[in-house]
Amino acid sequence: MNRIKYASPLLLDGESTQAVENNVRLYDGDQKTSFEGGELIITSHRILWARPGQIARGQTCLALNLSLVVFFEEESPSAFSFSRSRKIVLHLTETNDHSNGPQLTSIYNFIKLSFREGYTNNVVSILGNLLQTKPWEPKVIEHTQSQVAQNKPHIPAIKPRLGIVGIERSIQQKHKETDESISHAFQDLSKLMVMAKEMVNISRNISNKIKEKQGSITEDETVRFKSYLLSLGIDDPVTRESYKSDNQYYESLARQICDFIHKHVQEMGGMMALTDVFCWVNRARSLELLSPEDILNACKLMEGLNLPIKLYEFSSGVMVLQLSSLDSSSIAEATAEMVEEKESLAAEELSQALGISLTLAKERLLTAEKLGKCCRDDSIQGLRFYPNLFLTKD
Amino acid sequence: MPEVDMDWPWQYNFPPFYTLQQHPETRAKQVDAWKSLILNYCEQTKTYTIDVRETENPLFNNTTINRKLDGGVITSILSELQRTGNACPIDKNKHRWEIYWHTIEEWAAIIYDFVNERGLQNTVVTLYELTQSEDNKELMFYGMHREVLIKVLRELENQRKCELILDDDVEGAKFF
Repeated sequence: MNRIKYASPLLLDGESTQAVENNVRLYDGDQKTSFEGGELIITSHRILWARPGQIARGQTCLALNLSLVVFFEEESPSAFSFSRSRKIVLHLTETNDHSNGPQLTSIYNFIKLSFREGYTNNVVSILGNLLQTKPWEPKVIEHTQSQVAQNKPHIPAIKPRLGIVGIERSIQQKHKETDESISHAFQDLSKLMVMAKEMVNISRNISNKIKEKQGSITEDETVRFKSYLLSLGIDDPVTRESYKSDNQYYESLARQICDFIHKHVQEMGGMMALTDVFCWVNRARSLELLSPEDILNACKLMEGLNLPIKLYEFSSGVMVLQLSSLDSSSIAEATAEMVEEKESLAAEELSQALGISLTLAKERLLTAEKLGKCCRDDSIQGLRFYPNLFLTKD
Repeated sequence: MPEVDMDWPWQYNFPPFYTLQQHPETRAKQVDAWKSLILNYCEQTKTYTIDVRETENPLFNNTTINRKLDGGVITSILSELQRTGNACPIDKNKHRWEIYWHTIEEWAAIIYDFVNERGLQNTVVTLYELTQSEDNKELMFYGMHREVLIKVLRELENQRKCELILDDDVEGAKFF
């Protein structure tokens, strides 16, 4: 209370009225004072209090410089109170200038403003704004301050709130922020979903155009590669939701994978590693992605469904999809022929020659070896395979 | 090529020959080839003992194609030879082996035939005379190792065709 001074209600230079409230009582700390039923004016620089009508007549009033307010809080009304009465607590800094006030000493560092009939304006937010923008400070200083703030953008503005209420508010603020960022994120995702369909359409159009033009365009590797990329795309992907039982789901999935991958397996020489299948299929489905397990389960059903492709597991555990027409002896035969042609082959060379993956090439050679078509040479230079002269020569 | 004068089989320059094959049938052929190569080599070079640890042996180390047979594989092939009586380990660790391109029984028959041919029955013939004598240079068992020879004569002894005399001053056999 000792921070309050007698002053003229006339506005200072640059000062402006922000809010006017009636029937306000001042408290010195927790104690009621005789200053009650007065008029309260919040200006950009000060809080003015006077008996009704005094300010209008230009008589002396009580004034508190806002620069002395450290922070303020709204006292929550007690559970038993049914009145509209609101109280605001203003916490003040120390000051040495105790002259010219209604009360020269005080044991409290805060005063209360009691609004007997509530507020007509949103006093809390007005005060909050004023305390943050500090309009009473000279412009020049503000300017340099904002420059400093610009130079150090990472330092968050210190919010003048303390106590449990302050903590609660900051928690609320954080909740709000995360809420916003989450909804932002999902907004992006839903946009992506909408755009994805368009993108698929575009890619389909382009792939059609490339197909049409293929006769006139030279067999350029890049064109072929692009057509590969764009030829992907499954129109109506089988999804788990549309099936009641897992079995049905896997069966239709098996059929769809088979339809899609059949052509590619043929191009790859009749065999494709399951990992490659996984990549191709999921790239074609673009959004309705399949788990490795689903693909494996679907592939396991292929043989029973009499599809042109079946799952084959090498003894090493490597799994591939291969044409049903292909069996291991014909693979071995073909591989052995290649080995004979080149005199000796390593898995790397075979994979390059046939354009298949390294694991597949190795599996092929091992199959050929298992059937006695090849024999191995395991040296420091690596594992190579030779025609099986042990059995064929002599 | 190694300096050894030898008719190497085609397998000797075939790299897969030096890797134990996985396919059972192929492996059988491969091991057979090794067995006959070892016996042929030892016969032509008069090698009576082989040390598995000796990596520079041209028999198992083909420097031309830079391949060598693994020691473990050698031991297993020699064990195969042991089963047919063509090899016998000298030490417990099976590092050193005696190789018999003729089995002990065959050697016994060969020596006994020779004794009969020369009419040496009922006389004492020293081990030196049998295997080191200049007169016997053309014989198959010329230069035979003493240990192998003793094993052969023991075999003959079992057949009651000779008696082995192993004194300090004279080592010989009396044939009947």
